Amino acid sequence: MAGSRIVAMGHYQPSRVVTNDEIAQMVDTNDEWIRDRVGIVTRRIAGDETVADMATAAAGKALANSGLTAADIDLVVVATCSSADRSPNVACRVAAKLGINAPAAFDLNTACSGFAYALGTVDHAIRAGAARNAIVVGAEKLSDLTDWTDRSTCIIFADGAGAAVVTATADDEPAGIGPVVWGSAPEKSDAVRIEGWQPYITQEGQSVFRWATTAIAPLALQACERAGVHPSELAAFVPHQANARIIDGIAKRLNIPDAIIAKDIVESGNTSAASIPLALSKLVERREVPSGAPVLLFGFGGGLTYAGQVVRCP
Amino acid sequence: MTRDEITAGLAEILEEVAGVNPDDVAEGKSFTDDLDVDSLSMVEVVVAAEEKFGVKIPDNEVQNLKTVGDAVSYIEAQS
Repeated sequence: MAGSRIVAMGHYQPSRVVTNDEIAQMVDTNDEWIRDRVGIVTRRIAGDETVADMATAAAGKALANSGLTAADIDLVVVATCSSADRSPNVACRVAAKLGINAPAAFDLNTACSGFAYALGTVDHAIRAGAARNAIVVGAEKLSDLTDWTDRSTCIIFADGAGAAVVTATADDEPAGIGPVVWGSAPEKSDAVRIEGWQPYITQEGQSVFRWATTAIAPLALQACERAGVHPSELAAFVPHQANARIIDGIAKRLNIPDAIIAKDIVESGNTSAASIPLALSKLVERREVPSGAPVLLFGFGGGLTYAGQVVRCP
Repeated sequence: MTRDEITAGLAEILEEVAGVNPDDVAEGKSFTDDLDVDSLSMVEVVVAAEEKFGVKIPDNEVQNLKTVGDAVSYIEAQS
């Protein structure tokens, strides 16, 4: 059965860079504390851009990088938990702006694990013959959901988008997207919340940290095993950019000293579903990972939900 | 396990996780104020302590463990 692969990536970040010193003017915090606790130095905060604007910009770049045209795309999936509009969904807005004709188009919300869920879903759709060429986007405007008077959360969250173009592989070609390992821990659903109308993000930091640093590594190793890739073969590990210390904690348990560990959080903050495609797109753009090399993606967050897979670098 | 043995075990964990000098670890010391262990490092200490001592320390219990002595008493009672 034919599988799928990522052909190209693209990303978009708002132009406004917000430093820790700027945040320290709004709430009682400081640069050293933020760097030490979450590993963020700067983040990007949107102005007028909507989630759909950022998703479109990232998707447009990925499409341009792919060599395909809008006419080739028959599926658009956008992972987001921060789009203000319920209809049209973000995927339809992206399709309209890029001139994609009549694609299957839907949004998916599993918060920070969204991109890996969406990538798994798209891979399945292609394997089932329901699509041939897809655009998968993670896009968030978390600044809309941030309580800028809460120093425990406003230092963390940010805005941006990343996108992948995914296409069917030929029957004799190895699959470029490995089996997804996905699931949830619904008993911990209170640990990350974006509840009600005009909500703010709240989280139980210690509880999330503990879950992420203990539960995720064994699941990520399962994703490697299911893809037939030994962890030592990984060229890069691109986890959700939640917190630099969570990333370090998971990476330590994976024991992958030779792999590049994506740390885009340092300059981009935590952008939920956008963080993995944003970080991967930058690795690809900087040619830090050879084309075809195995890269482990793993998303985790609100729900609590998780999903991850090994992909071949475009 | 005696309280001294548990304290020594915690000292090893604190050195590994948070770079705390084992000589500084004593029952009366506060994790936050005396040993400079922040809230996230405290989670790592708790997870390592669960593995080392074969006990369960739930999330809602962590905030009650203010001093090394608190942790020793909790582990002693559980094991």
